[in-house]
Amino acid sequence: MTATSAPSTRAGTRSSTRRSARTPQQRRNFFWGLVFTSPAIIGLLWFTAYPVLVSLYYSFTSATMMKPAEWLGLGNYESLGSDSAFWNSLGNTLYYIVVSVPLGIAVALFLAILLNLNVRGQSIYRVIFYLPAIVPLVASAVVWLYVFNPQYGVLNTVLGWFGITGPGWLASPEWAMPALIIFSTWGAGNLMIILLAGLQDVPQDLHDQAKVDGAGVFRRFRHVSLPFLSPHLLFALVTGLIAGFQFFTPVFVLTNGTGGPAGKTLVSGLYLYQNAFQFFKVGYASAIAWVLFIIVGLGTALVFRLVGRRVYYGGA
Amino acid sequence: MAVAQRTALPAQRGAGWNKLAEKIVAHAFLIVISVIFMVPFFWMVSGSLKTGVDLNAFPVVWFPKTLTLENYIAGLQVFPFARYLFNTLVICAFSMLGAALSSSFVAYGLSRIEWRWRTPLFVVILSTMMIPFYVTMVPLFTMFRAIGWTDTYLPLIVPHFFGVPFYIFLLRQFFLSIPREMSESARMDGANELVIYWRIILPLAKPALAAVALFQFLTSWNDLLGPLIYLSDADSYTLSLGLTFFRSEYSSQFGPLMAASTVVVIPVIVVFFFAQRTFIQGITLTGVKG
Repeated sequence: MTATSAPSTRAGTRSSTRRSARTPQQRRNFFWGLVFTSPAIIGLLWFTAYPVLVSLYYSFTSATMMKPAEWLGLGNYESLGSDSAFWNSLGNTLYYIVVSVPLGIAVALFLAILLNLNVRGQSIYRVIFYLPAIVPLVASAVVWLYVFNPQYGVLNTVLGWFGITGPGWLASPEWAMPALIIFSTWGAGNLMIILLAGLQDVPQDLHDQAKVDGAGVFRRFRHVSLPFLSPHLLFALVTGLIAGFQFFTPVFVLTNGTGGPAGKTLVSGLYLYQNAFQFFKVGYASAIAWVLFIIVGLGTALVFRLVGRRVYYGGA
Repeated sequence: MAVAQRTALPAQRGAGWNKLAEKIVAHAFLIVISVIFMVPFFWMVSGSLKTGVDLNAFPVVWFPKTLTLENYIAGLQVFPFARYLFNTLVICAFSMLGAALSSSFVAYGLSRIEWRWRTPLFVVILSTMMIPFYVTMVPLFTMFRAIGWTDTYLPLIVPHFFGVPFYIFLLRQFFLSIPREMSESARMDGANELVIYWRIILPLAKPALAAVALFQFLTSWNDLLGPLIYLSDADSYTLSLGLTFFRSEYSSQFGPLMAASTVVVIPVIVVFFFAQRTFIQGITLTGVKG
């Protein structure tokens, strides 16, 4: 990667002598290196290392917002096992991730391919597709309340044109989660831009050559573009998984912070928030955070295991 | 996707036809999808201008016959837009300043200076991006409360002055692409690293810094969870937070809700249109190149 300093000489200096024996140049660089990175080092300790350790400690205690912590050992984790709301939230989160991540990638990929076709007005389309991703989530969620309205909403009106009686969306236990997924997919613009950047890296002469050999649109995509896109797709999968577990703002706004109807949209992020900031159960909330963290870690490792080896890292 | 491929396939017979058919199919899809993507925005603006009768009309009224500003007047009476806008802008401005300054400072130390720890430290900083926010959320809150920072903007601003991993990554990439000679000659003239950072590297990095500032503007403008946790005094709310509470109190009154949403969305769209190029470059610049 970026290890530009000669490894042989460095290893030699490190093993035999101490810092003071280095050249003045090296000492000066070390000093300035520390100066420049000191904000990040302080930030790392203050805003990451310290809270991570405290959170781990809290998860073994009965801490609340008002009461100091009392050691519970694995008590919180045991309670989680029999907490049906927790399992429900985990199930809802998995439902959300399993549907929304592949759907989001498929839509983003489709849009990126369309935008890569070099048609007229490309920049206008690009802005239109990207707009939902940059508009404040809270505001667009409020707007979608109106879109999803069973009677006066756009969605059911349009479905009505095709003779379909639309469901109650956010008011209906079965359709509330699909509604949230539709809303998320509408904002797939960020991913689209990343995939578009990947598509633009595909060498054009490879494409032309495949064309001469008689490969159709589909085969050209499968055998030429896809290998170049695979790192981007892996990135999309992993970040989608992590973001899926942190899904919060749309549920909070669209369900008014309740996770309703009938708890069908109570996702893990919301349940965690409720425990910490509504029930003030800091210890319990921390245990939830760590269980989620472990699941995310395992999930990411699994993705790398299953998909990672199929990824092609082009020319570089 | 499958549909697009099937319709495009027969066009392979002739090169000219191929091109033309591809273009027609592509345009058809692009237009249909654009309409789908824009409908909620249209609905928001038209809803904000509709009278109560049109809002609750069935079948749906697409183009209101009478336009009215009463939703804006009603909405703005309960939704102190100017105050929330000011609050949001204060947070945005300081976060942008802090993120751009500190992240570029750290990125300099990780790219332009050769010292033993720079690669390990960079790896550590990057890997902290993998730690989900909810793990640190509760202890950060209790810590900020203990030092009396809740109900101030400090928890939403100060962390940005200690380097943001994603921006450090982005700026480091950019700094690595600046030729060594640029700083070497300044060093010969006796300039120290601070001078080189401030006088040579930062001016060259303006496009990357602009991208960072824009990212941070949008992040702070859009943030809900942070203000939700830390701000309880209604006078200190941000636009996002204010809109959330407005929504829960007026959930059945779509007119004022749409008016307030329009007012929150429009500034972002305006900023985006002016900064579009920088922004999209910023994203592609960070790339995810293997």
